[in-house]
Amino acid sequence: MAQKKGHRSLSSDDPEELARVPLQAVLLADSFATKFRPITLERPKVLLPLVNAPMIDYTLAWLESVGVEEAFVFCCAHSQQVKDYLNKSQWMKQPGTFTVQPIESHDSISAGDALRVIYNLGVICGDFVLVSGDTISNMSLKEALQEHKERRKKDPLAVMTMVIKHSKPSSLTHQTRLGNDEILMAIDPDTKELLYYEDKTDQSQRFITLDKMLLASTPTLHLHNDKQDCYIDICSPEVLSLFTDNFDYQHLRRHFVKGLLVDDLMGYKIFTHEIHSSYAARIDNFRSYDTISKDIIQRWTYPMVPDVQYFGNCSQMKLDRLGIYKAPEVDQSRTAQIRAFSLIGNGTAIGDHSVISNSVIGQSCTIGRNVSIQGSYIWDNVIIEDDCKLSHALVCDGVHLRAGVVLEPGVILSFKVEVGQKIVIPAYSKVSLLPQPSKQDSDEELEYADANSGVVESPSITSIANTRNVDPVPDSPDAEHSDTSEVGISGVGYIWSTTEGGHEEEWRHSIAPIPAEKLMEFCLSAHTDLGVSNQDVNSLPASGELQLDSESTGFDDGEDYKDSADFEKEVEATFQRVLAGVNPENVILEINSLRLSYDMSHADCAGSLFYSIMKSALSAPFSSNLSFGNLI
Amino acid sequence: MPDVQALVNDFVLKLKRRKIEGSHASAQHTAELLRSVISHQRMPYTNQAGALIDAVKAVGEQLIAANPVELAVGNIVRRVLHIIREEDLSSTATAIEGLGLSAGSDDDDEGQHEDRPALSAAALAAAARSTLRAPSLQTLLEDIPDSAAAPQPPSSGGDSEGKSKSADKNIRSRKLKHDVIEAINELIQDIDTCHEQISEQAVEHIHQNEVILTLGRSRTVKEFLCAAKEKNRSFRVFVAEGAPRYQGHVLAKELVSKGIQTTVITDSAVFAMISRVNMVIVGAHAIMANGGVIAPVGINMVALAAQRHAVPFVVVAGSHKLCPLYPHNPEVLLNDLKCPSDLLDFGEFSDCMDFGSHGGSPLLHVVNPAFDYVPPKLVSLFITDTGGHNPSYMYRLIADYYSADDLVVKRRSTS
Repeated sequence: MAQKKGHRSLSSDDPEELARVPLQAVLLADSFATKFRPITLERPKVLLPLVNAPMIDYTLAWLESVGVEEAFVFCCAHSQQVKDYLNKSQWMKQPGTFTVQPIESHDSISAGDALRVIYNLGVICGDFVLVSGDTISNMSLKEALQEHKERRKKDPLAVMTMVIKHSKPSSLTHQTRLGNDEILMAIDPDTKELLYYEDKTDQSQRFITLDKMLLASTPTLHLHNDKQDCYIDICSPEVLSLFTDNFDYQHLRRHFVKGLLVDDLMGYKIFTHEIHSSYAARIDNFRSYDTISKDIIQRWTYPMVPDVQYFGNCSQMKLDRLGIYKAPEVDQSRTAQIRAFSLIGNGTAIGDHSVISNSVIGQSCTIGRNVSIQGSYIWDNVIIEDDCKLSHALVCDGVHLRAGVVLEPGVILSFKVEVGQKIVIPAYSKVSLLPQPSKQDSDEELEYADANSGVVESPSITSIANTRNVDPVPDSPDAEHSDTSEVGISGVGYIWSTTEGGHEEEWRHSIAPIPAEKLMEFCLSAHTDLGVSNQDVNSLPASGELQLDSESTGFDDGEDYKDSADFEKEVEATFQRVLAGVNPENVILEINSLRLSYDMSHADCAGSLFYSIMKSALSAPFSSNLSFGNLI
Repeated sequence: MPDVQALVNDFVLKLKRRKIEGSHASAQHTAELLRSVISHQRMPYTNQAGALIDAVKAVGEQLIAANPVELAVGNIVRRVLHIIREEDLSSTATAIEGLGLSAGSDDDDEGQHEDRPALSAAALAAAARSTLRAPSLQTLLEDIPDSAAAPQPPSSGGDSEGKSKSADKNIRSRKLKHDVIEAINELIQDIDTCHEQISEQAVEHIHQNEVILTLGRSRTVKEFLCAAKEKNRSFRVFVAEGAPRYQGHVLAKELVSKGIQTTVITDSAVFAMISRVNMVIVGAHAIMANGGVIAPVGINMVALAAQRHAVPFVVVAGSHKLCPLYPHNPEVLLNDLKCPSDLLDFGEFSDCMDFGSHGGSPLLHVVNPAFDYVPPKLVSLFITDTGGHNPSYMYRLIADYYSADDLVVKRRSTS
């Protein structure tokens, strides 16, 4: 309410905006990506449950809470499902100022297309909020909107405000906690203008190239690699026309943002708004699904947490100690254990001696005896028979696991898959009732394919043939399926082969935590990387510390560090010449000039000199005492 | 009544989304909503009270479920139910007095039974109960003529005594609703004026040159202190800041603007300062039936410190915070866990919550509870709008304000 009043007063003292425009939002109910396959073949991503509520509910609830009055939901793939859901949901029939209007399109294959369609409809009349339907946030937009409006008044070229949040990427894997690659942004600290944006920093060579003009035109500039892009943008109507003008813009970040930043003819500017205390994140892949679910359970998204009925349609949850959320009608055996940070949906039955930890379990599930569920997401109406073991798996609606099934970390079981007795599904497998689509598959394929990420493109026919086990026959459940291949499923479902390029990425984006071996590998490679470039200095304890510094602060220090290594090498070489008989005076002069040219301090100089003395003392036999005497 | 339903839905949504928070605001809104529900309720020919009670219960159940932490909502629903019952009883009583055991009066009573003799017996019993019922201590007190600050009696049993005994049935049918709405108006007014009623008593409790400690910010406490200041008492206030929301800072500002000597201390310094304090005055979120208090987090610690140093621990709260439930009742949700971002900066700790590399289970957990429970033995005095009371007296006040049939609003209406 206060939000709205703020608006009104803002526009009333502004003579240009006498006609108040309602705050509008465009919600892209399609991710235009294939990350959530095979699940998204059957259900759109925005309707997938996140802690037992569809993702789109979180986004709509947030939009409503920040005072958006008109939300346009752009549906593309599975548009009918999205529309049906919206029609049934409370959002459509809610009285008051918040209206939801679906927009349907069947030929859009990217966010760019979607925005072009919206531009052609001509429904956007003022500044609007652009989010995708998988954004979770509890931030208040008031400040960001005001900043945006004020900037617009001063500078009509400021077309967009991006919301960013401080979040440290892992120093080992160089990916954020949401499983994205770390983003490198250059931001003007005074105006908050975004000057550079790179989300695919080259992992192998740890440097970036900044345009010289960038440094020339701005007096100061901060380089951040610890910011998370929340994918919440406040856009001016020009953004839509920009997309129409540049018909090759597809991806919001990769094309549009970078395009604007590079293009200095038009001079459009993008600004950033950093949020501190509130939460905002987007579900981009399975890892972020896992991370955000855990954030919700840990209540970072308050008030959008399970025990506050924010959306109204979910059942009342009760929060017990240690972050255990339980619906009122859970049939839990006395000997079953529910451990910390779990959520159990309504009507679920849990058998004797089962252990559930760090997991989300949906409604009306049946869990047998001695089942162990760890870090997994189980949606509605799932049947898990006795002695199953699930760790870090995602199990969709209607799946049936027969007794003794083991799901290794990272397994995705799509809708209604059945798994026969005592089958072990290997890590990172994806099982679906639908066969892996080939290139000439349905047009649904088209809708989902991200036009520019050719790597994740659906596999060719040959790779289908390579699919390790295609088992479309709905076997009788007890028939033990003995295939020659390692994987056997007696039941219903195809195991999808991982695409060639995707295999490397599998562990990065999976629900399962990064395996310990991978982390070790990273540790090692991080060490050897540095080792190669600074072999000589590695033995020095002092520079060992330096090494750590440069690791954490990133790119600029690396350069420095290299310098100092070179310097030490040079000093050592010069010193060796004293031993070889060159006049010490000359050498002193030479070292001094070295110091000046490398811009080192006296202490550095003395340190490296001392190091080289010690080194030569170690290597030289005792007989060379004389020459030392000379020098001293 | 589509418009009433819309109002109810709107309020339920606001409660669910935590747009209305705080006992005072939610109590007020609830009372106003129930008033409009009752005024729009179509009255049947028979069993009018029953119809009203059912309507209020149906709405009340939704409201309570929408935000179970906000106990004031449930309190007001129960108060309204109690008002309806009282009005019904008193009108029945007058009817019996006026008309005797005529058949006409039977229609107005609980029409669930079919046999008339039994029904009239029930009516008699009810009437007898109402007349034989021991007068509440409060009504006794109010009979004393010079009770200047005595508030309106919550039960209007006394009021209707003077109403015309030859009440026509037709008039009565309209009157019940009218009386109930009148009584609810009084209730709303009570909620509105509770701060003044409480702060009127401030001079009796705060003496010259006293040192008073409080934690966080409560509007009632603020008004209480300011009222004492207006009566030219000079005293000093220690304000514990009330982490993590630091409402104490706001209170300190407000007190200073009123010219009160204020010292802000951290919550952790309470024990160190308590020996210099003459009295602790705090607000409450709810007062339970056993005299226990649900109050902003940190107050239990203050209460324990006060007890250790034998400092009086005074709780000021309006009577709408009086909850007829016991803290061990399963219906009571005692606490609300708020967002951890009040405590920690998410960005700084984001590497502690990288679920990708720590075996997938969160190692860091932040708990940010909103409330504390203070057991009754730690409370020295309650100051409500009806005066000061002992914790052990709370059950008595509750008997005045609520009827035992309404304690569980939920179960009755679903059955």
